[in-house]
Amino acid sequence: MNKMKMQGVVAAVLLSTSAVAMAAEPDAAEGKKVYTTICQGCHMPDAKGAVGAGRYPALANNPKLAAKQYPMMMIVNGSRAMPSFARMLAPDEIAAAVNYVRTHFGNHYPDVLTTAEVKAVLPQKSDYERH
Amino acid sequence: MSSKQIPTLSRRELLAMIGTVAGSAVSYRAMASMGLIEESTYNGPVKLEGSPKGASVLILGSGIAGMVSAMELRNAGYKVKVLEYNNRAGGRNWSIRGGDVYTELGGFTQKCEFDKGLYINPGPWRLPYNHHGILDYCRRLGVALEPFVQLNYNAYVHNTQAFDGKPQRYREIAADWSGQVAELFSKVTKQKKLDELMSAHDQEALLESLRSWGALDRNLKYVPGRESSNRRGYEKPPGGGLDAAPIYSKDFIDLPDILHSGLWSAIGTAEAFYHQTSIFQPVGGMGRIGEAFGRELADVIQYNSKVVKIHQDNDKVAVTYVDPKTGGNPRTVTADYCLCTIPLSVLSQIELNVSPQMQAAINAVPYSASVKVGLQFKRRFWEQDEHIYGGITYTDMPIGNIGYPNTDYFKSGKGVVLGAYVHGRNAFEWTAMSPAERVRTAVELGSKIHPQYKDEFENGVAVGWHRVPWTLGCAGSWSEEARAQHYENLCQIDNRFLVAGEHASYIPAWQEGAVTSAIDAITRLHHKVVNS
Repeated sequence: MNKMKMQGVVAAVLLSTSAVAMAAEPDAAEGKKVYTTICQGCHMPDAKGAVGAGRYPALANNPKLAAKQYPMMMIVNGSRAMPSFARMLAPDEIAAAVNYVRTHFGNHYPDVLTTAEVKAVLPQKSDYERH
Repeated sequence: MSSKQIPTLSRRELLAMIGTVAGSAVSYRAMASMGLIEESTYNGPVKLEGSPKGASVLILGSGIAGMVSAMELRNAGYKVKVLEYNNRAGGRNWSIRGGDVYTELGGFTQKCEFDKGLYINPGPWRLPYNHHGILDYCRRLGVALEPFVQLNYNAYVHNTQAFDGKPQRYREIAADWSGQVAELFSKVTKQKKLDELMSAHDQEALLESLRSWGALDRNLKYVPGRESSNRRGYEKPPGGGLDAAPIYSKDFIDLPDILHSGLWSAIGTAEAFYHQTSIFQPVGGMGRIGEAFGRELADVIQYNSKVVKIHQDNDKVAVTYVDPKTGGNPRTVTADYCLCTIPLSVLSQIELNVSPQMQAAINAVPYSASVKVGLQFKRRFWEQDEHIYGGITYTDMPIGNIGYPNTDYFKSGKGVVLGAYVHGRNAFEWTAMSPAERVRTAVELGSKIHPQYKDEFENGVAVGWHRVPWTLGCAGSWSEEARAQHYENLCQIDNRFLVAGEHASYIPAWQEGAVTSAIDAITRLHHKVVNS
């Protein structure tokens, strides 16, 4: 356990160092990874969303992404068909995903969401019931 | 509890007295009335007595909840109509069979290439004996059932980080775990370490029960011999004729290795109330239930109807629907009441006028992620090579399970296994893959348990529930906070509108939740109609 904690600390230090070094394009690779392995399940690989009995909104060319807090709060809290990812994704993954969609798919918002900003809004929630 | 309190008659003592004096049937009823036995909330076919006075009910969705409601309300004299998004009845009660074509959100289309008679249940796949409601509808609709094997002692439990990644037989893990735990506990007892907790008399009985539970020998040891081999299996089982004497199994797995492997978690899983023998499945696929309901209600279900607006006033409910493919051809149908079984992930996006409390409840329930993959193999190698007949192998790999077919045993020819049943974050990741990628990954991971996969695999089908166009997720996923804040508001009758479904139950994702929710909803609605 102690060993694992130590590794975690080392990893965190390395991460923060590399984040400073790569300030020009923070965590773009991480953002792409989160998007393609999680988000595109619903929002689709082209970020154009989908329509069935209900719909998943397009993230491509979406003016609602102008404020970085909006996608952050959607990911953290969820809403309607969108589950909360507060317990599933790490804060740096959430920040990376937000920064990725706000700079791809026809979106060009240069301001960056930081991991600290995500941590500040993470709720203390209990697990969902198992079934 | 201290034993030095003033003596009063405990519940247990009272029951013992009732049992002695009046016999066990009375005792059983007394226990039930005192809340010591959990009776099913399903108490036989619902009786809706009194005239509905010509009232009409529009039901949205032809899943289990919608069709239970439609059948019972029609029987009670209501005018009923069901609107359904799909071109079939059943909803998540669904089997994909050879020849079926399924297109998920994003336009990914799969044509199932399974052989005739082979299928996969992308949604529910088992019917516990204690789910009296859904089982009773199977009985009433003539849906034939067969056993579902939940616990197969000869199937595997597998952890990539334990035993060099080699799958272990459940039987050996379970026997060696309980045997060594029982021996340890016996030792502690004999060392007088329980003297402060139990009387000597109780300790004697404890030791006898540990001997039986753990398959210990007469010295309370779990050692190679008749007792242990009778649990974990033999090195050479007894046979007939010459040279037929058994050789007892002696390569036990050390307790610490079992403990650190985590493989014991499968023992608890098998013990769960909804996993206990007997469990059933419909012959020919879970979808047989929805199909039977669909035949029963053929004249009241209108397919290919996508609901876009629900509006109620003091006189009626008006529901507007469109063609699901084009989004065009809007039509409006009215009724006195509307019972809505549309999943909340979808309903929360439909224009609806209900109280703010109910709307908040509808918006508050996220849907869990789940992915199932069916794989067709050229032969039933799990039976032929490994003597696994039905049941489930559990693994810590993202596939979660390998579910073997609980039917057609010993048959030559092809077979379909559930190659993955993915949950949690893994399920979101698998949903983000294309169907072909999910199948490919299931084959790759499954081959670490069954090397035969690589040679025998033919084709597969994969369903990621967040890409299912008519549910946008697997099942209602309640948290404690959401239950406390929203559950009762969700289940109210709001003027002329109410909901039913697994999402309005305490057993989400189980069909029994849909049945009991529907019966509760129509019972309350009927009461309102009869007394209005």
